[in-house]
Amino acid sequence: MERTTIDLWVGVFVALGLAAIFGLALKVGNLTSSNIGETYTVTAAFENIGGLKPHAPVKSAGVVIGRVDGIVFDSKDYEAKVTIKLDKRYEFPKDTFANIYTAGLLGEQYIGLEAGGEETVLKNGDKISHTQDAVVLEKMISQFLYNKASDTKSSETTKAAE
Amino acid sequence: MFKGLQCVFTGLGHRVIEGVWRIGAGARLFSYIGFYLFESFKRPRLIVREIFATGVLSLLIILVSAFFVGMVLGLQGYNTLQKYGSSEAIGVLVALSLVRELGPVVTALLFAGRAGTAITAEIGLMKATEQLSAMEMMAVSPVARVIAPRFWAGVISMPILAALFSMVGVLGGYFVAVPIIGVDSGAFWSQMQASVDFRDDIVNGVIKSVVFGVVCTMIALFEGYDAPPTAEGVSRATTRTVVNSSLAVLGLDFILTAFMIGA
Repeated sequence: MERTTIDLWVGVFVALGLAAIFGLALKVGNLTSSNIGETYTVTAAFENIGGLKPHAPVKSAGVVIGRVDGIVFDSKDYEAKVTIKLDKRYEFPKDTFANIYTAGLLGEQYIGLEAGGEETVLKNGDKISHTQDAVVLEKMISQFLYNKASDTKSSETTKAAE
Repeated sequence: MFKGLQCVFTGLGHRVIEGVWRIGAGARLFSYIGFYLFESFKRPRLIVREIFATGVLSLLIILVSAFFVGMVLGLQGYNTLQKYGSSEAIGVLVALSLVRELGPVVTALLFAGRAGTAITAEIGLMKATEQLSAMEMMAVSPVARVIAPRFWAGVISMPILAALFSMVGVLGGYFVAVPIIGVDSGAFWSQMQASVDFRDDIVNGVIKSVVFGVVCTMIALFEGYDAPPTAEGVSRATTRTVVNSSLAVLGLDFILTAFMIGA
């Protein structure tokens, strides 16, 4: 085959390969959403983060506005310290509430921010002080069973009294 | 009785010695390729021609199989996921299984069958017709001129083919899930993007395909270079290329996955 034809085909082949890797990174992977332009960092402490992972989305009113950057265990307070990167375009009041929610019944966990009413806004390096932990299913079930057991016991005692 | 025992041990010894000899010869060939690294990249035209033979000509089989693999994954995944009412997760299933495992592994298996056999047969026949000896007579190293360019071409082609396989497979899954089954297109992509990580999934898949590229090409080259210079010898070497490459790819895949998942 002609030399230039081979060159052309190999060029097309390599370009296709690079395009495929690029496409995988952008369309399939989360490379685009993990660096959302300029960001500022805030931290939040949770007693229990459940299954929250780095790169998990941070949403407010359902819109993704940031990403979880890192999670470390604070051995002084025995809490999980979560670093969050938020899009610079969005400002939040200082008394914003950070909750850990689950998408669907078995979906991944994400942080939901609910804006408070204060005038001053969160700045780079600030800490969100109002947080709510992830719901632990076992705890909820055991609480439910405990309540159920105490209910039946109390109804039995009232019956015996009658 | 004694004679039979002796026969058993002689046979065992012969096999072990031959196995060790082949490992040594393979390692020597590999180090020669490394030795000629600079020289082979000084003449990129040889490598480009081999990329055309191994990579570009494998495109059709890789792309067609990728599309079908993706479509089958979509159908099978939907069939199971809809029982749990989460058919939107089909995108995650297709993308993760393709990018992490099926892309690199199936590409390597097809590559061994399509390009590996061609390399082995070509080099084996070159040896049988004494073309390699003729090169040595002219003070041209056959490793630098024939072996090394094919090696680099295989190593370069494999990750490209694997990436194309994953991408086309995802498109195949999309084709089944969205227009045919009717899964929401936005949910398909967004769930996929939420759970496929660039570093942990895509880069690891590329690393796997590079390793498979080295292993498959090396096995094909060595079997061809080592083939007895007869018609039967070349045919046996070609068979061994497919068998050994496939086993090596599947075994290595397990080891690499164990390291990457960090078990």
